[in-house]
Amino acid sequence: MSTLLTIPPAPGTAPPRGTRGRRPLRREGRAGWLFLTPTLVVLGLFMVLPILMALWVSVSDWTGNGSPFSSRVTFVGGDNYAALLTEPGLTRQNFATSVRNNGYFVLFVVPLQTAFALFLALVLHKKKLKGRQFFRTAFYFPTVTSSVAISVVFLFLFSSTGTVNAALKLFGVDGPSWFADPRGIFHLALGDPANPPSALAGHGFLGLSWWDWLAGPSVAMCSIIVLVIWTSTGGFMLMFYAALQNLPPSVDEAALIDGATAWQRFRRVTLPQLRPTLFLVLTLGLIGTWQVFDQVYVLSRGNPANTTLTPAYLSYSTSFIGHQWGQGAAIAFLLFLVIVAFTLVQRWALRERR
Amino acid sequence: MKRRWLGYAVLVLVAALYIYPFLIQLATAFKTDADATANPLLPWPQQWSFSVFKTLAEQDFPRWAANSVFVSVTITVGRVVFDSLAGYALARLRFRGRHAIFGAVVAVIAVPSVVLLIPKFLVLNQLGMYDSYSGMIIPLLVDGAGVFIMKQFFETVPVSVEEAARIDGAGPLRTFWSVVLPMSKPALITVTILSFQGSWNELPHYIVSRQDPALNTLTSGVASLVSGELGQGNQFPLKLAAALLMTVPVAVVYFVFSRRFTQGTYEGVDK
Repeated sequence: MSTLLTIPPAPGTAPPRGTRGRRPLRREGRAGWLFLTPTLVVLGLFMVLPILMALWVSVSDWTGNGSPFSSRVTFVGGDNYAALLTEPGLTRQNFATSVRNNGYFVLFVVPLQTAFALFLALVLHKKKLKGRQFFRTAFYFPTVTSSVAISVVFLFLFSSTGTVNAALKLFGVDGPSWFADPRGIFHLALGDPANPPSALAGHGFLGLSWWDWLAGPSVAMCSIIVLVIWTSTGGFMLMFYAALQNLPPSVDEAALIDGATAWQRFRRVTLPQLRPTLFLVLTLGLIGTWQVFDQVYVLSRGNPANTTLTPAYLSYSTSFIGHQWGQGAAIAFLLFLVIVAFTLVQRWALRERR
Repeated sequence: MKRRWLGYAVLVLVAALYIYPFLIQLATAFKTDADATANPLLPWPQQWSFSVFKTLAEQDFPRWAANSVFVSVTITVGRVVFDSLAGYALARLRFRGRHAIFGAVVAVIAVPSVVLLIPKFLVLNQLGMYDSYSGMIIPLLVDGAGVFIMKQFFETVPVSVEEAARIDGAGPLRTFWSVVLPMSKPALITVTILSFQGSWNELPHYIVSRQDPALNTLTSGVASLVSGELGQGNQFPLKLAAALLMTVPVAVVYFVFSRRFTQGTYEGVDK
């Protein structure tokens, strides 16, 4: 910014414009708009316009035939949103299930990938480490690889006769048939009781009993959780690593001279300085994990028993398979709200305390 | 001393966890179906088999690959040109509304892409671009993040260089094209790599912008090859070979430019 004007104009005074400056300025203005035209057209047509159009579809009864602006399509108010949130029925139950699934997914993936990424960055940051570039390259490679290709690999690793179960067998453990197992891991921890407590099973929220809300991620979802942590840790590790490289070593050395232990130095010296990066990693993690789609599309399509259904995939399947375009668009907007809400909450939780 | 060994042990263990799945993938692509099921832990085939590659070559796979190449290369060229034009305008050209537009670009980056899936289909359908190359390509021709990277870079180019060109009577386009752009190689390479990798790996957009099997890219094609089988399906060598082949171009770019990936991409992100 500051390089733009060699002399910043004083507040309140118009920038000096001699007769010599005016003509190039007008020329610059024209060129500016010309340079921006492709960007504005594409972003306007395929980012802004879609949102407005989807807003209309989400309050209409369009079924995918013809144009959503034709006279046969009528305004239905908040009906699509009501079907998802207030009206008892399968639609509401599916939506609640998808939110629960994705909620557990976020709850497991975000803290674990952040912790692993920070841990790996700290190990890589050690002085006199040999082969640093090799390790960095290896850990980051899954991040640049196609999510489809990675999903196919994990399909094999976690298949019932796959690599993971073969490895577990070496330790005498009989692995589950991962992608076919809908049991929630919290239920499994309780021994998967056939008769759940009626206080939980009899009451619920959004058409899903409390017992179901508390199921935890299903075994199938756990394999997707492992996949996503494995894939995304490398990218976040690099962010922490770059931040660590930029920290002044003198502060850490001062703490070392003062006799602080390694843990104390990490907890009291390094971590507070990493707060902006931590904030960035958590925000990107939250935004990304609420959008999980590719892996679900390739691996499970919401199965088994809807336990890998996510709002992003539900929005797709409701529209393209169920032809309920209004509901599909409504889910997209609700998902948007969820992402915004979580980002704000997390921003508030990590605010600078004075 | 002991601590250092511990660090290496951790790194080697994690590196094994990261590399082994790719070794398994590589080996399984050359196994027979029975071998893959019987020896899922072995990182080499009991008996080499190349039949799946022949099967892939006879099926739609070459078509998907050609589509992927065409679509990704077009998108990459478009992004490099349009992102740098827009980035230059936002960084250097003075005109009314510049700051508002930059704010809008940043806001667009922040919109979650999955939220736009259904909306994008609606617009493509309305414009008659559904199920066509133009519908697959044009919406991705510009990306906000690339504009942002280019703008950040152009702001670091010393103004004096452009001043000199301007005094010599060069207009904005000429200054941009023959003075600024040749100095911008690092940023251009970064945007090229990110654009290619991004469009090559893109899946959701190619799902909602087409349904014709002839328009499948590698991502949507390979996804259709495996999806809906809940990990119970067989033919793992075939699927893993397809996944392996689609990884090759990005892997080559990654290993050639790996320093740029692991250093350039995130430096300055948190500033």
